[in-house]
Amino acid sequence: MATKASNLRGWIWASPFLIGLALFTLLPAALSIAYSFTDYSLLDPPVFVGLDNYREMLADPALGRATLNTILFCLFNVTIGTILSVAIALLLEQRLPFSALARLIVFLPTLVPIVAGSLGWMWVLNADQGILNRALAFLHLPTPNWLGDARFALPAIIIVSLWSIGSAIVIAGAAIRDVPAALYEAALIDGAGPLRRLRHITLPMITPALTLNIIMSLIWSTQAFAAPLIMTRGGPQNATLTYAMHVYNNAFVFGRMGYACALAWVQFLATAILVALALKILTSLSHARPLR
Amino acid sequence: MKPFAATRSASTLLTLLTLAVAVGFAMPLLAMLIASVQPTNRLGKPLFDHDRPILAAQSWLDLLRDAAANYQNVLSSPIADFPLYLKNSLVVSFLASAAMTLSSAAVAFALARLNWKGRDAVFALVLASLVIPFPVVMAPLYLVFRNLGWIGTLLPLWAPACFGGAFSIFLLRQFFLSIPKELDEAARLDGCSEFSLFTRVILPISAPALAVTAILQFVASWNDFLSPLLFVNHQDLYTVALGLHMFQSQHGGAEWNSTMAATLIAIVPVLILFALAHRSVQDGIATQGLNS
Repeated sequence: MATKASNLRGWIWASPFLIGLALFTLLPAALSIAYSFTDYSLLDPPVFVGLDNYREMLADPALGRATLNTILFCLFNVTIGTILSVAIALLLEQRLPFSALARLIVFLPTLVPIVAGSLGWMWVLNADQGILNRALAFLHLPTPNWLGDARFALPAIIIVSLWSIGSAIVIAGAAIRDVPAALYEAALIDGAGPLRRLRHITLPMITPALTLNIIMSLIWSTQAFAAPLIMTRGGPQNATLTYAMHVYNNAFVFGRMGYACALAWVQFLATAILVALALKILTSLSHARPLR
Repeated sequence: MKPFAATRSASTLLTLLTLAVAVGFAMPLLAMLIASVQPTNRLGKPLFDHDRPILAAQSWLDLLRDAAANYQNVLSSPIADFPLYLKNSLVVSFLASAAMTLSSAAVAFALARLNWKGRDAVFALVLASLVIPFPVVMAPLYLVFRNLGWIGTLLPLWAPACFGGAFSIFLLRQFFLSIPKELDEAARLDGCSEFSLFTRVILPISAPALAVTAILQFVASWNDFLSPLLFVNHQDLYTVALGLHMFQSQHGGAEWNSTMAATLIAIVPVLILFALAHRSVQDGIATQGLNS
């Protein structure tokens, strides 16, 4: 029974969000499109340059490296993160001694400020005194200069990022708890072993939650740059330069706002296509309800 | 359900695995804590060894003295005013948390309890706004804040929270939907206006959900690194996260014990908050995985 007056009241109650969206998301997004066709240093007024910024991208060697790094980061962070979070969630839902404590501990890193976590890991990964290399040396294994070596820096950043998969574990764990016990009982009567129960009951039932985890991890991974900015500043030799860091550098360090905006829009389109594709694949994989 | 821990030996194995996971996730935090209480010449060594036997009272006194010295060094550092940064972070996080909770509750009230045309469209918009990545808008957002005259103040760090946020709105809407509709009808029969229905009926019932929203936003604001990095240009306005980054870059990573002490100072307030409410916070995060 929506009347005119109640319609108006609905819009008024919702207006904070709509105003905020317009002011802090849609307006900057529109400005971003407009500036992407200009040369803009923030100090002087923007100068229209047509598609020059987009053309320049094709000849930007650092951008190639940043794109490759971001793709590698996404690939490993999303796949390893998903497998690890499901495995740990399954483990922690076994109601064993210490399960509750472990659930608490795996969640703690998500509360740690990214600056603090990154600095902590710089210490852990420290080539000479870090606890990781001390442990590796004790086991007579090679002790790489993790953040100073171009071959190991990106893997190190991925490890740091995997440290804070606590939210994904909590979400997967909640989904695992919600699987009806009757399904497992029926499977037991049919003589299904643990792996078959996992494959045919648990995984299909938690697919909606996993879809959410994967999509969030994917969106987040494409934007990653705080940790590499703090830990390596993109180095050594651009080995950890990410796409978003390249956007940041151009906008705020090199004073090339126009180019940064063009970069950001290409990133947005690429991310949107990637997410739509991932959603399509994930929903076709499962017969479960689509993500809402 | 215990799909795996069927036999006793499997149980033992899984318990050990659980402990290994807990130790793995806790390790960086422990390494940070240990470094933060050690003098420079003992960095990388264990807390106690033959130079510092665990049973001698003197070892413990030395430990306390070293810890106090490190933390005192950080708090009275000439390059970083951590007490001021703590105050800034506290102000920003508190204001953002209160503003976000209240405004998101109003929007969620319209989306969950009121009947109006456009409601479904606005809800779709709330979800869609989650997809626009921050790097796309961050550069022009700086210009929006500059035109508003907010650069040089703390406003960019908390004022946008007055307009609600997609995640908080989503969380509160889910909770409001679970409140029986009869309550609204009863309140209206008693002559309750829409506004007092919100303030006197819905808000008091929803105290747990409001608390979760407030805590999550407090933690998010406290931990935020990018917004202060982009929008705060004066050292007097630094938050703890940004101050920590500055402190470490100025040190060049040389004095790991002070850096880790500073890191712990940034982490501890969030951990205390979490300790007070961890059950409800994890439940709040888990609801993200549930379909509406």
